[in-house]
Amino acid sequence: MSKNKTSDKESAEEAYAYTPGLKVKRVISVLKTRLLPIPGEILVEKGAKVDFDTIVARANIPGKPTIIKASEVLGIAPESLPVFMVKKIGDTMEKDEIIAKYTPFFGLIKKFVKSPAQGVLEAISDITGQVVVREPPTPVEVKAYIPGTVVEVLPKRGVVIETYSAFIQGIFGIGGERHGVLSIVAKSTSEELTPERMSLEHKGKILVGGSLITIEAFRRAVELGVSGIIVGGVRGVDLTSILGYEIGVAITGQEDINITLIATEGFGKMNMSIRTFDLLKEFEGREVALNGATQIRAGVIRPEIIIPNEKRISESKKELARGMRPGTPVRIIREPYFGKIGTVVSLPVQLEKVETESFVRVLEVKLEEGNVTVPRANVEIIEE
Amino acid sequence: MIWERDEKAILRLHKPEEEMQYILVTDVGSTTTKARLFHKINGEWRYALSGEAPTTVEAPYENVIMGVQNAIREIEELIGLKFLSEEGRIIKPHAKGRGVDFYCSTSSAGGGLQMMVAGVIKTMTVESANRAALGAGAIVEDAIAVDDDRPDYQKIDRIRQLRPDMILLAGGTDGGTTTLVMQIAELISAADPKARLGADYKLPLVYAGNRDVRPQIQKLMQDRFALEIVDNLRPVLEIENTEPARMAIHELFMEHVMSHAPGYPELMNWTDLDILPTPAGEGMAMQLIAYAEKKNVIGVGLGGATTNVYSVFDGKFVRSVSANLGMSYSICNVMKEAGVGNILRWLPFEISEDDLIDILRNKMIRPTTIPQTLDSLLVEQAVAREALRLGLKHHKTIATRLKGAKKVHRMIGEMLEYMLEETYIDMMKISIIGGTGGLLSHAPRRVQSLLILTDAFQPEGVTKVYQDSEFMMPHLGVLSKAFPDIAWNIFDKDCLVRLGTVIAPKGTANPGESAVKVRMEMPDGTIFEKDVEFGEIIRVPLAEKTRAKAVISPRHDLDVGAGPGKTLETTVEGGVVGVVIDTRGRPLALPEDGEERRKKLVKWFDSLELYPRNS
Repeated sequence: MSKNKTSDKESAEEAYAYTPGLKVKRVISVLKTRLLPIPGEILVEKGAKVDFDTIVARANIPGKPTIIKASEVLGIAPESLPVFMVKKIGDTMEKDEIIAKYTPFFGLIKKFVKSPAQGVLEAISDITGQVVVREPPTPVEVKAYIPGTVVEVLPKRGVVIETYSAFIQGIFGIGGERHGVLSIVAKSTSEELTPERMSLEHKGKILVGGSLITIEAFRRAVELGVSGIIVGGVRGVDLTSILGYEIGVAITGQEDINITLIATEGFGKMNMSIRTFDLLKEFEGREVALNGATQIRAGVIRPEIIIPNEKRISESKKELARGMRPGTPVRIIREPYFGKIGTVVSLPVQLEKVETESFVRVLEVKLEEGNVTVPRANVEIIEE
Repeated sequence: MIWERDEKAILRLHKPEEEMQYILVTDVGSTTTKARLFHKINGEWRYALSGEAPTTVEAPYENVIMGVQNAIREIEELIGLKFLSEEGRIIKPHAKGRGVDFYCSTSSAGGGLQMMVAGVIKTMTVESANRAALGAGAIVEDAIAVDDDRPDYQKIDRIRQLRPDMILLAGGTDGGTTTLVMQIAELISAADPKARLGADYKLPLVYAGNRDVRPQIQKLMQDRFALEIVDNLRPVLEIENTEPARMAIHELFMEHVMSHAPGYPELMNWTDLDILPTPAGEGMAMQLIAYAEKKNVIGVGLGGATTNVYSVFDGKFVRSVSANLGMSYSICNVMKEAGVGNILRWLPFEISEDDLIDILRNKMIRPTTIPQTLDSLLVEQAVAREALRLGLKHHKTIATRLKGAKKVHRMIGEMLEYMLEETYIDMMKISIIGGTGGLLSHAPRRVQSLLILTDAFQPEGVTKVYQDSEFMMPHLGVLSKAFPDIAWNIFDKDCLVRLGTVIAPKGTANPGESAVKVRMEMPDGTIFEKDVEFGEIIRVPLAEKTRAKAVISPRHDLDVGAGPGKTLETTVEGGVVGVVIDTRGRPLALPEDGEERRKKLVKWFDSLELYPRNS
């Protein structure tokens, strides 16, 4: 369990962008905050070098409590329960050990309350006649997830790890954190990922497809033990078949599957953006980390691909995005120009009427086929 | 009480009310922050302008203030006045063409107020606790009862899994069961739930149960929770008293929850009035409609993440929230709950289920996009019908009578079984339907919202339909706490759009058969008279704020409110749409065959001039 948080130094500057685009960066500093779900022990120091699987923090989650209606079992009034307790609050016990006993009629009748599990007696209530046994804590460990340097230790909470890497955000994913060697299996951004493209050599690897993964290809990947798949699109109906249930609200990452799937563009057959594809191609054969976790609501989390790349950029202060302006490269993210890439020509202040007859804030975008007008809400900035 | 000045809620006034010129109100929604500017013109307060910007409660911004500033900047750009200082703070009071005189806000960002409620009997104290939490504007994540059929370990697992913002614990009448109340309290205490917005503060818990166990509750709970004890919400079986719990929830919401959300401590500093949960503001506005017209009302706020349904029926106000029915974040949950086929049935063009699924999933992952093509608009409006239909269905499970003490058998611990009674919501007795939310307010033609609400709620008899003009019901609800007269004037003149009146006979007949004869004396003295066949929907223009005397005679087995086959003489009110005579049947059944259904939809849509015709 850990909370991931990617921050590069641009985030504050992007505050005025109407729609922040998905990041596709060749080299950035990625900071990952690796948090324990509850306070615990930090196992690394500031400055330490860590690898994908280095355990950086550990904690004990309080064990499950079990409530036993002890007075009912003994057949006594709740207020009498303390008298018949064998164990005291704080006592440890094994499973089936006697917690309370009642032996009326000179021992002719014997009634016992046994512990349902190994644990500690936490509470005795003389109002309800209940006792609470808490099971031993469950240890949880947090891994580094990315190789890099510990730049901050958050006492008892976690650490912040920094790495220089290529960084790509997808739009939607399933499956949690994994790492593996990147292997490009599609020849082009428009090619579909089919079972024939996969073989035994792909076991444990992260495969990159083009426009769509078919359900057959996904099943084949699972059979082969592929670790992850990065592809342009996936059909909604196939997603339901893969998971065995329908996703209602986009909060993912905890699925019970041994593979992580990241769609970079959306649902349906959608060519992977050339920029994303080329970047992935450049790093073929490298060990990458990826996480399908997606949360659209309340603390947006997008799936991510992190390709550690030690070559640091000199902090070249490129002019950073401060919202859209003429010349800003954008991608249209809704019909009728879904997926098209262009540059902003103008941003009229006045509302304009679109086909639906709604008056909305629009922008003019220059596409290959000419200039088009689209609602401002329907584009995202392509971050250079 | 609604629409009365609440002196305690006002944090500061910058100048006397009569000298004020500009009031700014924001609603920080889950998707969009909506700023509304109100301005005094010739001594009268009116709505002036809107500005909207994406809400910035989430990463990478994690500061709600930015969205608020962006929305205000949009207004600045349109009006050409300055409301924000160089440092980005709201300038107050208004002077020399800069600044506003008063600022307040509602909020539902970051998931709104999420609560867990608990009590003893599912159909009694837990149901009342549920209504109290919902009435306070919360989303109820789960309702735990002693008798809810889940074994204790499952309840404990569930409580540990939930990360609520607050807990409402009820149970027992005053002088009633103590053991069962303590049982559920001990269960919560053992589960030791953690707050959603951080592990380092105490989770607020409101106790509104049997007063006899207050000392024991205090002893058990005060170390683990920020405990607030209020009057029992079910002091006796026959009375439900949710007000003290609701007030405590609002106080704790500000004190504990809001202050931990990103950027809110600063926003709380900016506002001159306590921040209210959006649904609480919206609910106040819906109650006002019922209060002003003395009629039964069903209201709905169709949002991006949630659908809130409000009813005021025979004076009783009830709110329900369907936390995962919405038009953006939750659009796929509507699909999941309704079934893709039920969405598809409202579309007048052919599309495969698989393609429709992809369209909806793409909206889910890019929730802030808006329809540009007519087909996209039709898809979203089809989803809206289903979200509203499911929202009302859910509401009916909350708007139920207080369960009486019909004792079936008695067991140890006073475990009782109660008869479930059905909802008291009767569409024939609902006189007004009110709608708000982005999709309804932004519908390019008002008749679209009228038909969406009609298709979803299926009003029976004679029903007026209202909507929010620019989505400002929450804004006016919160503003009314400080300036009820100002809020009411704007509400009446600028917010409430009277769409018209729907006349819909209850029952079914065969297509082509005469369904209802309608005769109306129009304001200009002319007479409208028509025998409408079954299966039709027609529109009769009747301007807003005008009325017509109507004589409505249904066929023998149809009912318009006076009983089957009985003539109803009434007055119908006009609106921007007019009077809509809907003889499509109640319940409304669409043809099973796809082609036939699409033809019928096109016919109905054309009859009402719902969409531009050339497409």
